Amino acid sequence: MVNTKIDLGKGLVLRNPVMTASGTFGYGEEYTDFVDMAQLGGIIVKGTTLHPREGNPYPRMTETPSGMLNCVGLQNKGVEYFINTIYPRIKDFDTNVILNLSGSTIEDYVTAAEMINELDNVPAIELNVSCPNVRQGGMAFGVTCSGISQVVTEVRKAYHKHLMVKLSPNVTNIAEIAQAAEASGADSVSLINTLLGMAIDAEKRKPILSMVTGGMSGACVKPVALRCVWQVSKAVKIPVVGLGGISNATDAVEFMLAGASAIEIGTANFIDPAISAKVAAGITDYCERHGFEKATDLVGALEV
Amino acid sequence: MKQITDFKLIEKQDYGRSVWLRFQSEKALPEITAGQFLQVRIDGSPKTYLRRPISIHDVNSESNEISLLVQKVGEGTRHLADTKLGEMVNMVLPLGNGYTLPDDKDEKVLLVGGGIGIAPLFYLGKMLKKKGLKPVFLLGGKTQNDLIRLEEYRKIGEVLVTTEDGSLGEKGFVTQHSVWKNERFDKVYVCGPKPMMKAVFAVTKENSIWCEVSLENMMACGLGACLCCVEKTVEGNTCVCKEGPVFNTRRLLW
Repeated sequence: MVNTKIDLGKGLVLRNPVMTASGTFGYGEEYTDFVDMAQLGGIIVKGTTLHPREGNPYPRMTETPSGMLNCVGLQNKGVEYFINTIYPRIKDFDTNVILNLSGSTIEDYVTAAEMINELDNVPAIELNVSCPNVRQGGMAFGVTCSGISQVVTEVRKAYHKHLMVKLSPNVTNIAEIAQAAEASGADSVSLINTLLGMAIDAEKRKPILSMVTGGMSGACVKPVALRCVWQVSKAVKIPVVGLGGISNATDAVEFMLAGASAIEIGTANFIDPAISAKVAAGITDYCERHGFEKATDLVGALEV
Repeated sequence: MKQITDFKLIEKQDYGRSVWLRFQSEKALPEITAGQFLQVRIDGSPKTYLRRPISIHDVNSESNEISLLVQKVGEGTRHLADTKLGEMVNMVLPLGNGYTLPDDKDEKVLLVGGGIGIAPLFYLGKMLKKKGLKPVFLLGGKTQNDLIRLEEYRKIGEVLVTTEDGSLGEKGFVTQHSVWKNERFDKVYVCGPKPMMKAVFAVTKENSIWCEVSLENMMACGLGACLCCVEKTVEGNTCVCKEGPVFNTRRLLW
């Protein structure tokens, strides 16, 4: 029997290393026909802001080779709606329900974090300081050390459970940003958010996305994500959660070898809605085949 | 309940620009309503990374069969059209909400299809007929080659045709067909290109006729998770994949 338990600290304990990435798994309810929540370490629900947001105009997505671009722009009904309407429906899922929190001002982040702090069955926030699709989608905070220090420091004061900070790859040195998050009180960092990209319709001489640029995700971003996880895990002591293009158990194991304590499945949920549970089972298989008794033994086990 | 199922291709008919495909599953099919769609996995190319949403053309729940009528518009649909008999194709189904069937079997219903948009109207016509209604199809294309399998539609109900070049039926657009002047319908069901659906909607609005349309905004997940395929409605940005693809036109801001 492989022990797949992962303790990310500050009360966030996963039964296995697999979580689902924000914005790719709805509120979990969309996937209950395909996945038993009890097979997942956690689900990170759709990015939520203090106030409702309509998001960006259509078209919001386009396919790219082995991936996709999106500019959804944090469409959500706000934190109050989440608390009153969605939370009661999903709070008894047999897995960790983690809320992805975004904002445009520090006050918004702090007010929402205080409200989420009161939800007994939400053990963690994933702080989104890296959404590339809205002018003030937090990415302004996430691309400088001072910005991330400011927002993490203030949210830390208001939020007393596990605080995971999601990092943008659209920076010159992601390890420094991660260190700034750690120094400001983050309990873990997750990376990477989408890579800023763009697509053009040459025939029409027009951009394909309504916002011109969008965030790239899918299998094509995996090498970048893996490199970021490798660099960050060497730079910080807090746990690193890896994501970016993970499509199968082998990908997940690679992220763990590079230093991730846990992983998130994102765009792959669109291609195989049952993939998250399959990856969890596949990590166990890998451990058995290679004689690892604990999934944590994989973390940073890369032989360079 | 939605399922992820491997289907075997058991019959196909190529019509040049489009193809008719009949698939069979070993698993019992879930309940499928007319107007729902499925997401097909296209293997084999980095350019077909995401699944392709395709409307369901016909269902035979006794033999676990579904049929698709697919226009070859891009790499994904061309690859699907190239599937050989006996090959397996993975699908997620059924997705979204279908058309609303009338409770009153005496209601007069018109099913308006444009181009490949005729596809889901076939199963809809069958369901309406099963309920005792007499569906009338009004199918439009650029030329007669766009309108395929009309003999199958005729088994279900009356088939009226328009073509832009006049090669079949009345010349012009579906909205110009004489049936609009000669008959009064209680419900109009539409599927086709957006400009065509908007034109039909304008006619139904003018005559205060109940109307449902099927949208095909670009999708990723097909499950209401990614929020990419939104249409602006009276409720704000709404996922076509989950809240649609069929919408009553009262909900749309057209």
